[in-house]
Amino acid sequence: MHLSVFHITKAFISPRGTISALADVTFTAFQGEFVALVGPSGCGKSTLLRLVAGLLAPDSGQIDFTGWPQPPKRRLVFQDHALFPWMTVADNVAFGLEMDGIDRTDRRQRAIAQLESMGLAGFADHYPHELSGGMKQRAAIARAFVTQPDILLMDEPLRALDAQTRLVIQEELLSLWERRRPLVLYVTHDIEEALLLADRVLVMSGRPGQVRAEVTPPLGRPRDLTGRAHPEIEESKWQIWKLLEEDVRRQIQPQRVTS
Amino acid sequence: MERWLPPALLLAGLALWEVAARAGWISALFFPPPSAITLTLLRMLGSVDFWAGLGSTLMRLTAGVLIGGGAGLLLGWLMGVSRPLRVALAPLVAALHPLPKLALFPIVLVILGIGESSKVALVALTAFFPMLLNTLAGVQQIDPTHWEVAANYGATGGKLLRRVVLPGSLPMTLTGLRLAVNGALVVTIAIEMLSARQGLGATIWLAWQTLRTEDLYATLVVIGGLGLASNQLLESATRLLLPWKGKP
Repeated sequence: MHLSVFHITKAFISPRGTISALADVTFTAFQGEFVALVGPSGCGKSTLLRLVAGLLAPDSGQIDFTGWPQPPKRRLVFQDHALFPWMTVADNVAFGLEMDGIDRTDRRQRAIAQLESMGLAGFADHYPHELSGGMKQRAAIARAFVTQPDILLMDEPLRALDAQTRLVIQEELLSLWERRRPLVLYVTHDIEEALLLADRVLVMSGRPGQVRAEVTPPLGRPRDLTGRAHPEIEESKWQIWKLLEEDVRRQIQPQRVTS
Repeated sequence: MERWLPPALLLAGLALWEVAARAGWISALFFPPPSAITLTLLRMLGSVDFWAGLGSTLMRLTAGVLIGGGAGLLLGWLMGVSRPLRVALAPLVAALHPLPKLALFPIVLVILGIGESSKVALVALTAFFPMLLNTLAGVQQIDPTHWEVAANYGATGGKLLRRVVLPGSLPMTLTGLRLAVNGALVVTIAIEMLSARQGLGATIWLAWQTLRTEDLYATLVVIGGLGLASNQLLESATRLLLPWKGKP
């Protein structure tokens, strides 16, 4: 079972002209794999996730899901939690199950169990605004995991969190993923995070985005965050940085006028 | 301390009015002293006619808000969800909304005839637009990411409406309801002044024609109380219906 993304292009039309977000992206990812996507901001990583999720259609190219009996269930985890403020935490977590048609008692049980495994059981009947940033993002991750998706798409899920909370949730994420090992596409800015979590890191170029290279972290499975002490991690970080550096520098420099 | 300032000011004003009217500094015919108004009010509260009038006014108000507000709510959701519908109806709504609804009363009379239905129809028309516009705005200001979540987790049709569209737009809808009720009260009273035999507006008009100014003021007090009560009711309803409204 695998996902193949084949020569995808995607552009957006804005009042200031057409912005090419993705140019000819091709890669394959297999069931049971944790794949990270890193790249300079604005390189179309989020767009790529939305294309795989089916929320957007590509301008050209193809996305194939091979080997799944039917179109695989794809669920997104968004940058800033995107919990519904009008639902309790338990109802938020159960939202996907509710949409899947699972009855009330069953879905609540599953949502509570998921929350329990993430240390949030005591907050089931709270509203999101009563939770801290880290708790909200954990609830958002729970909402995706509890639906048991075939493909989990994560769009910089830990971006808004402080460094320490990040460490904790990264570890939780690893142990959650180990239980079922769905295919994960994980978008991040954080090179170290990509290396610590993923089986493969796809390095993207600046806009319009392309997959420029692939780096395999020198870590086995199952793993925890002690991997960060691994000397070879530093080498991989440096390798990825070298691939990104030019694009990142170009992006933060003021645009030179060309005629 | 500050809490006592408004009632103290009110009492001082009333006392001044009382003295001025009794001393003859102002005309007691145009501005009867508050004590006389209070007595008239108490007498009114004991009469069957008053309660029948209040009942008529409340009937028209409630029926109008339910019919017009309900229709506005429904269309607001639909226009919020469906772009074609929005594009098709937005200009029409924009053109009709600023019309003073009272000016349409003759047309409504021609169509529905003199009677309850034409009165309720005009009140409904008044309640319709604020409900529609606020509910529509409420649907449109739902966070785009929430639409993406809904789509990604497979929400469609009734489930989408019930779990996302309705609660997401509810704060604005309640604002719309408040505006609808306030507008409907104004129009109900106005219509009753124009054409009703019974109702608070009719009482005011009769009091004016017979120069019974105490009755006039006493009825105004009742109408003011009605407005206050409906606002209080809606405020409690808002608190009850929006438990998540601490922060967005």
